[in-house]
Amino acid sequence: MARGLADMTARERTLSAIRTGLGVSGSDKIRASSAAERLKHHPSGTVPARAKGEIENLATLFADMLEGQAASLDWIAREEDVPEAVARYLRDLNLAARVRIGEDEMLSELPWKMAGALEIASGPAEPSDTTGITRAQVGAAETGTLFLTSGPDNPTTLNFLPETHIAVIRKSDIVGGYEDAWNRLRKSYGEGTLPRNVNLISGPSRTADIEQTMVMGAHGPRRLHVIVVG
Amino acid sequence: MQPRSHNFKENAARALHDDVLQSALSNVRSGFVAKRARARSALPEFDQLCNEARDIKNHTLAHLDLYLEAYEAKVVEHGGHVHWAADAAEACGIIADICRQQNARTVTKGKSMIGEEIAINDHLEHAGFEVFETDLGEYLIQIRGEAPSHIIGPAIHLTRPQIEADFRRTHTDLPAERDLSNAENLVAEARAVLRERFVAADVGITGANLLIAETGTSVIVTNEGNGDLTQTLPRTHIVIASIEKMAPTLEDANTILRILARSATGQDMSTYTTYSTGPKRDGDLDGPDNYHVVLLDNGRSAMLGGQFHDMLCCIRCGACLNHCPVYNAVGGHAYGWVYPGPMGAVLTPSLVGVEEAGHLPNASSFCGRCEAVCPMSIPLPKMMRHWREREVDQGRMPLGQRTAFKAWAFLAKRPALYHAATSIGVGFLSLLGRRKGAIRSLPLLSGWTRNRDLPAPQGRTFQDQWRAGWRT
Amino acid sequence: MPGTRQSRETPARVGLFVTCIVDLFRPSVAFAALKLLREAGCDVEVPRLQTCCGQPAYNSGLRTDAREIAAKVITAFEDYDYVVAPSGSCAAMLRLHYPELFAADAALAPRAQAFAEKVHELVSFLVDVMEIDGVDASFEGSVTYHDACSGLRELDIKDQPRRLLASVKGLELKEMDEAETCCGFGGAFAVKYPDISGAIAERKTRCANEAGADCLVAGDLGCLMQLAGKLSREGSGMSVRHVAEVLAGMTEEPAIGAVED
Repeated sequence: MARGLADMTARERTLSAIRTGLGVSGSDKIRASSAAERLKHHPSGTVPARAKGEIENLATLFADMLEGQAASLDWIAREEDVPEAVARYLRDLNLAARVRIGEDEMLSELPWKMAGALEIASGPAEPSDTTGITRAQVGAAETGTLFLTSGPDNPTTLNFLPETHIAVIRKSDIVGGYEDAWNRLRKSYGEGTLPRNVNLISGPSRTADIEQTMVMGAHGPRRLHVIVVG
Repeated sequence: MQPRSHNFKENAARALHDDVLQSALSNVRSGFVAKRARARSALPEFDQLCNEARDIKNHTLAHLDLYLEAYEAKVVEHGGHVHWAADAAEACGIIADICRQQNARTVTKGKSMIGEEIAINDHLEHAGFEVFETDLGEYLIQIRGEAPSHIIGPAIHLTRPQIEADFRRTHTDLPAERDLSNAENLVAEARAVLRERFVAADVGITGANLLIAETGTSVIVTNEGNGDLTQTLPRTHIVIASIEKMAPTLEDANTILRILARSATGQDMSTYTTYSTGPKRDGDLDGPDNYHVVLLDNGRSAMLGGQFHDMLCCIRCGACLNHCPVYNAVGGHAYGWVYPGPMGAVLTPSLVGVEEAGHLPNASSFCGRCEAVCPMSIPLPKMMRHWREREVDQGRMPLGQRTAFKAWAFLAKRPALYHAATSIGVGFLSLLGRRKGAIRSLPLLSGWTRNRDLPAPQGRTFQDQWRAGWRT
Repeated sequence: MPGTRQSRETPARVGLFVTCIVDLFRPSVAFAALKLLREAGCDVEVPRLQTCCGQPAYNSGLRTDAREIAAKVITAFEDYDYVVAPSGSCAAMLRLHYPELFAADAALAPRAQAFAEKVHELVSFLVDVMEIDGVDASFEGSVTYHDACSGLRELDIKDQPRRLLASVKGLELKEMDEAETCCGFGGAFAVKYPDISGAIAERKTRCANEAGADCLVAGDLGCLMQLAGKLSREGSGMSVRHVAEVLAGMTEEPAIGAVED
């Protein structure tokens, strides 16, 4: 027996109003399979032509796009040179030689002690932190966008709380379009599953809320420095 | 916020004479329009992506019930909670209850138009919570007690000196000698003040630009990073989103995101695009313990399948506002509620009623630029016309207008009578303007002649001259 | 060439849709249109049974009145090869909105559709259909061209008027900023919201003045009445004319809102 409106939950009322508006029933098999198929196969739309190409071209595009959005870049050949590159960056800008990193398998294994007086802390960011370092699992060249995933290895707060954010990415993790990036993450986390946060970051924090004047460092980092390894 | 759309005419008149507002609005005209044009021309696939995004939305709306169910199941699978709210009151009630359960005292908020629509700040403040907007623009209007004047630039109506004065008034420990004469220093001041709020907050509320059914994910797009601090630092993250924000898959979200920032700010991609799925996981060192999504209907399901169905494709980029001559002339506050410009002129009557917001769909010159720049090709003028038809059907057209139109239509359907009548009318008008070429004041068209002359007719009507064989 | 309307043996029969505002305020635009169409080789007639396209009713929500007026227009014009109007706004109404008005009317829908396909705005008709690439006219001075909204966005009229203006001897085209921005006329909008309409016009006249042209030209008399009225109130010396008058070389009449010297 049909229940009256008053007995229905907001969920039932909303779904029923949607079906009434669309003139459909919830049990229509063709509609159900159309939606299920799309969720299962997640077909790709048009990917901009510039997102297709060889790794060298993609890496150049990735860097150009990031620089166009006021990030700085450094290219180094070997992972073990990351600490020195970090120390150099901080020294050049006269920033405190203190950084915080997570438990990332690549970052935490690096010879940080070799990089002079660099002070290393680990764990999530605290308000007093000046520089956070995280590793991007993948980067999409089409807009110079880093894909940073949350977890004990790279706590999300490190991307946002300190004034300076240094992101490290392997050159081999630079892909063309967002589709390539998500497919990488699907391999890591499984279909239909994501970590708590995936942060797509394409530059340092900014705002144009005052008279459309662009000012960097609104709430997040004033500086984004990307170190590409490989 | 109580709608004041019925006062549109008065609001607009005030706005037109507000020099400070007019100088702020000139920034909209010069900024957004040129930036969007550049971004569009830099991506050859832009128009193709717009078409695909529209197809995605059409498909999604046609299967909305199913995707909402799939989305809900995924949120729950990832440890989150989904709450359904039929209207603003239900949504506010749900959010206040969550805050109470968390013994919360302070709440931070990222920018959310749904938050404005349901007036969540007022509700939470009445319930005894402290609420802090964290988007700079939203913060600026919060301390002024104002509504947003633009859907992506809430404080676009303000100028730098006004902001300096507001900070000096509300940031009571601000030393008088602190230099706040430039945007950079003002941003630094806001950053310092809000930093404390982020850290102290118990609950963080964000909106959602998209909800993804495939993964149970909410997506926000920001440039400041405030949305991330808002949702990562407190114990509880609440997402408020309306039901049409749904996108089936990550790929579908890609397509929409590729046109969103380009249409809005002219960026290729916003600085931060944040995908949030459930609360923090086992072993995570940061992130919220609780994740709640409040799904708001508030009149949208009733729009499905009707004359205003296409409005549900809107991705809130603001391009229609930026390109609208009326919006550019009067600003967003004249529209009297939370959604201004062409999208507001269509949506507001759907949400607050045509009796309150009937002016909005009428206050358009139908120049069509909104539809031309809309990445989702929403036929905004056509839908404004539908509202005008509804007003007529409901007998809401003012009597004077109705009488004038009826008299004119009576003649327009009877050519012989029409030509006779216009012949006399034109003779009279051309007499009035004969010596000066233009008429400076005319009782029946006093609105027109208040700020323009009326060019006088050349003499006799064309039909008179043609029939008389004056010229061939 | 057999079968083409443009061939010299069978001149195209064109019904001129004068538009109500030209009929009332500026007959010279219709005479200019007649001249241009005849020079292009058309056989032009002016059906007596025309008044207005019905757009004021349509845009004010009076759908029934709009439909009744539209039915009269269709009856008066459907036997011509082409229906041409010296206005993008009225032409768009006839071409795009009539089919919409009768979409649910099984009897009239096919007639409205067949009619709509014959409708063209004057300048785009000359260029796109009659394949004219120049006119025999001269104009001493510079003009700036305002892209009227309906023509631009509903009928893709952008290059055609500029191409023909470029062929006018002595004429220099000076583009203004924001040529594609609305003038604020909008039919009944100009009267219902006069303050906003006037403010939009003011911004437009500023752009036109900055272009430094002698004459402001557009393809829609509604916009021209609005801009001429604004310029006149501002005391500007810029003259205002319909593009058809300039293309037909018929600029001996005083400009819109001006008097004979």
